[in-house]
Amino acid sequence: MSQTATDPRHLRTPPKKRLRLSWADERVRAVIWQLLIVGAVVAVVWWLVRNTQHNLEVRRIATGFGFLQREAGLPIGESLIEYTPASTYLRALTVGVLNTLKVAVIGIVLATIFGTLIGIARLSKNWLLAKIAAVYVEVIRDIPLLLQLLFWYTILQGLPAPRQALNPVAGVFLSNRGLKLPFLDWEAGHSWALLAFVAGCFFTWLYAKAMRRKQFADGQPRRVWPAAIGFLIGLPVLAWIAGGAPTGVTWPALRGFNFQGGMTVSPEYFALLIGLVTYTAGFIAEIVRAGILAVPHGQWEAAQALGLRPGVVLRQIVLPQALRVIVPPMTSQYLNLTKNSSLAVAIGYQDIVSIANTTLNQTGQAIEGIAIIMLVYLTISLSISLFMNWYNNRIALVER
Amino acid sequence: MTMQPMRRRMLGFLGGVLGAVAVTSLGAGPAAAQAPAAGSSILDAIKARGTLVCGVNTGLAGFAQPDSQGVWRGFDVEYCRAVAAAIFGDPSKVRYVPTTAQSRFTALQSGEVDLLARNTTWTLSRDTSLGLDFVGVNFYDGQGFMVKTSTGVKTAKELQGATICVQPGTTTEQNLTDWARANNVRFTPVVIERVEEVVGAYASGRCDAYTTDVSGLASTRSSQPNPAEHTILPDVISKEPLGPLVRHGDQRYADLIRWVHFALVGAEEMGITQANVAEKAGNDPRPDVQRMLGKNGELGQMLGVSPNWAVNVIKATGNYGEIFARHLQPIGIQRGPNALWTTPGGLQYAMPFR
Repeated sequence: MSQTATDPRHLRTPPKKRLRLSWADERVRAVIWQLLIVGAVVAVVWWLVRNTQHNLEVRRIATGFGFLQREAGLPIGESLIEYTPASTYLRALTVGVLNTLKVAVIGIVLATIFGTLIGIARLSKNWLLAKIAAVYVEVIRDIPLLLQLLFWYTILQGLPAPRQALNPVAGVFLSNRGLKLPFLDWEAGHSWALLAFVAGCFFTWLYAKAMRRKQFADGQPRRVWPAAIGFLIGLPVLAWIAGGAPTGVTWPALRGFNFQGGMTVSPEYFALLIGLVTYTAGFIAEIVRAGILAVPHGQWEAAQALGLRPGVVLRQIVLPQALRVIVPPMTSQYLNLTKNSSLAVAIGYQDIVSIANTTLNQTGQAIEGIAIIMLVYLTISLSISLFMNWYNNRIALVER
Repeated sequence: MTMQPMRRRMLGFLGGVLGAVAVTSLGAGPAAAQAPAAGSSILDAIKARGTLVCGVNTGLAGFAQPDSQGVWRGFDVEYCRAVAAAIFGDPSKVRYVPTTAQSRFTALQSGEVDLLARNTTWTLSRDTSLGLDFVGVNFYDGQGFMVKTSTGVKTAKELQGATICVQPGTTTEQNLTDWARANNVRFTPVVIERVEEVVGAYASGRCDAYTTDVSGLASTRSSQPNPAEHTILPDVISKEPLGPLVRHGDQRYADLIRWVHFALVGAEEMGITQANVAEKAGNDPRPDVQRMLGKNGELGQMLGVSPNWAVNVIKATGNYGEIFARHLQPIGIQRGPNALWTTPGGLQYAMPFR
């Protein structure tokens, strides 16, 4: 749009009307209505807050957030950061937030991959594959998530006891205590390698961008992958060697009641993750299918007429166009998955809801506890929304 | 898995949210929440409603559990029935609200229930910061551990490295961590809210041990398919005085609940039973019996209920010893510290009816 509005019709403005303090004046009426509505909202909020304060005072229920610095004394089964029962409530709640994020982030990634595959499978020309995908979607979507979670948890509890643990590969044990894997003896070198990998991702992205610019300039496609391998693998390996090349690995071993050492995936986490991923994937599959079907058939035919292979047609022609239809409803699914993770309380995975519930129960400060839960979910959800909106704008059809 | 417990779990899960909302919106105006000096607003509300709303456990054999007919039965349930009998003369005028360990306090704070009879431990911080009052101790308990007999564990200290099942939002949870720190026992907790689920996790072998009050362990053990497969360890790691709770601020109502408890214990002290209470009310010559049963004095009026309130209570439930024998002795819980103070080691003691 050019801003050179030389057309005099664009410059014409309606004649200014004098403001009269009369009910007949539309602008006065609008202001009065708005004042009334804002006033009513403020009054209701004020009444609620005052009434709450008064009731809390009369019943001598403690208020304020001072409890966050007190010793929590609650046991937490799995935690990404150092936690002991001697830690504060603040620390315990942080562990809860991290546990929620751990299941939400991994759940979103897995559900997206799995859901996309199912959605494509449902459009497959292979009759069996298409029907299996259709049955999966219809069954999974129609059973309440809570039941599915309890189902998975019960199944995992049916696994053998630690002493009879399944041992498919040396060092890997599957029992009703969870999945035990050998894990690196974490040292500074590993942290450096991880950091180098993140930097490698960034460099790869920069490099790919620069190469694409060159391709636009001279029309010659350039290979990105040799440099990408260097950045993504070479750089972390160098960092690892520079960090002293630690090679220690801890193996899980049965000692006393349980396996010691190694990495654990608890049955609670596993059940929650499987339940959320399979459930959300059912919805994502339908969104992906709708997105692909929304791409006009002519696009397929035109691509095929150019002699492109089916896989290339899907990846290069159809999916980029389908993304515009897919991304907005996908945002809702990501939000749903995150919020559904609060059903973890039913199967004993200690997410933020579980820990905040215990906190509010021990301190009696329900309003503060619920406020914390709401704040956490609001923050996570708004972040997902913001990111997805940014991504949606980026892939939106660029109109020229 | 039927729908009924599932819905209850959802309710329990929402309990916190509803509680917070209810505290926010209850009370018609700022002045309404203040208890009037003379009467009792909670008691008046219960009388006007015609039923007592009683918060109980979601299902703990011997304490509160619906039987095959759906009728709630148990030690805690008898306390609800006793209070209803004292107020209405009819023990059946109770609506039972199952509450989880996490939802129980908000249910009482928000006014969803009038009385919480749900094996809840009396602690200082609960008494002072929850806006609730404990009215007495109807069961002296302590925390213990249960393990599968086949593990061969004999004492709690052998649980080094074990996985232990525990319910969240309980003193049990905090005692467990205190005890583990004091004894350098490392353990992995599995924390599940509903008692059925946590017992299920223990029974399936997810945990090596289950910890809760010894009474709860006995109850759980009795309801397992083969109780002999489970052993309750001899260690008792805490004091757990359990008792009924009411909201803070209505002392008249709290007095009534307290004295219903004393009437049950007092009746056992005086030898009054469900069978002989009618006869004793008519012709027992002892003055304290006459005062308690309403033949003399105005004790009922002082509590805001009818003069023969104690007769109604004992007719409905029997005395403390009878309640104990009916519900707790069948699941293997002995009187122990819950015997009358007149027996050695007994702690149950009724204040004088005067």
